[in-house]
Amino acid sequence: MRSGRRSTTAQAEDALVQVFREEAGRLTARLVRIIGNFDVAEEIVQDTLLVALEKWPKDGIPDRPAAWLATAAKRRAIDHLRRDARFRQKLELLKQELTTPESEEPDDRLRLIFTCCHPALSREAQVALTLRAVAGFTTPEIARAFLTTESAIAQRIVRARRKIVEAGIPYRVPEGQDLDERVQEVLAVLYLMFNEGYLASTGKPVRRDLAEDAEWLAGLVVRLLPAEPEAIGLLVLMRLHLARADARLDAAGDLVLLRDQDRSRWKRDLIAGAIGLLEQAGAMRRPGPYQLQAAIAACHAEAASWEATDWPQILLLYDALVRLLPTPVVRLNRAVALRHVQGAAEALAEVDALAGELAGYHLFHATRAELLIELGAAEKSRAASARALELTTNPAERAVLERRLAELDA
Amino acid sequence: MKYVLMFTGSQDDPSPSPEVYGRIMEWFQTNGSKIVGGEELQGTSTATTVRFKDGKPVVTDGPFIETKEVISGYAEVEVADLDEAIALAKGWPGQGAVEIRPTIHHGPS
Repeated sequence: MRSGRRSTTAQAEDALVQVFREEAGRLTARLVRIIGNFDVAEEIVQDTLLVALEKWPKDGIPDRPAAWLATAAKRRAIDHLRRDARFRQKLELLKQELTTPESEEPDDRLRLIFTCCHPALSREAQVALTLRAVAGFTTPEIARAFLTTESAIAQRIVRARRKIVEAGIPYRVPEGQDLDERVQEVLAVLYLMFNEGYLASTGKPVRRDLAEDAEWLAGLVVRLLPAEPEAIGLLVLMRLHLARADARLDAAGDLVLLRDQDRSRWKRDLIAGAIGLLEQAGAMRRPGPYQLQAAIAACHAEAASWEATDWPQILLLYDALVRLLPTPVVRLNRAVALRHVQGAAEALAEVDALAGELAGYHLFHATRAELLIELGAAEKSRAASARALELTTNPAERAVLERRLAELDA
Repeated sequence: MKYVLMFTGSQDDPSPSPEVYGRIMEWFQTNGSKIVGGEELQGTSTATTVRFKDGKPVVTDGPFIETKEVISGYAEVEVADLDEAIALAKGWPGQGAVEIRPTIHHGPS
């Protein structure tokens, strides 16, 4: 998570990121439309971005960055198409196109997003492709975000692009019944992206932050599909997390539990704005899992203190969420709310009922450990904490569990 | 684009009930304009595999992979894109799964 004071270089990088975010997807969308080949268009844009990344930090960002990128991409595209007989007919079209000002072009990015998040691509490919083609990430940036190698990401992208062309994945916005299903697919991709960035965040500044880019992408989807309340729900959920992100880590970079967070560090204006947006989604009267999760996050974000949390309301929202999304993890979270409404014994009974499904999930054991302590079963609690510790490698979560074990010993 | 839809059935499953069979026939009729070929296959007990070992053909009994899911039939379809092929597969009344593969177009384009 980026925070704190930013240096001049960092400010210049922010400006660069903003241009890439806004222009890369537009340019890719235009090129795919002109050339009619996703594989070629995406590669040309990525190459163009790499040239800009080399030149701009030295020469400064051009006055009209969109036009600069379009001209550079056009030059590359013409070179490319000359070499490939399949595209001869496209050459003339290309020479005429990409000269009209961007502002007169329709925003084609929605088609691009639906293609990148097509269910015939693996989830990993969807994520990598969306980051590159829509949000203007470079391959090394994606590799860094997912702690993997550049060649692994490059291979994933090349394979996905080929599949789009060879399997005939269409470049269009789905219609009718399909639209709803495909929107869900897009939102799932963005939510995974966000969680990857949010949970893995170390507080170290990086040029591009996955969680912030996922939030930006969700905002773009909302702008392009304003009548989708679930897209708004996801955007609000992300914003409510980001508004409280600074309080999540202490000075040493350790995870601070919600109960112990310094709520004065929460960004109240952002929280209020997000909740206003959620109310607009609610007025569309098409509830869904993202809106409900956002509403739960809103209950926490609005509470002046941990003690002031409206648990009965949160439990009601979880009841609704369990009906729509009866996964064991959602039921586990509901049990936590239940503890604050009906007590630890009732909550433990609910949690224990999930033992079969969640035996390998560290938060199942961590939740049990907390309930057992409250019920005075110190030994059982210790065993549960130890089991949770065995099951997680996330350093921030490990630190919390280790602290709890140390407190038991004290 | 041309795709082949490969339908799978379970190895142990008896052939579809007359009711399912009726719906499969209906599927072929409804989508007739897009279907350019296809057959139902006999069970894997009738399969013979010719495998090339060091370039030499060796004839063996059975399908090329022993699995629970076996190909029970296929349809060749001519549609605009993958989404249309997926829509056809989603309407398939049979059990199991449908694998969709584009074919490679040889010859002048």
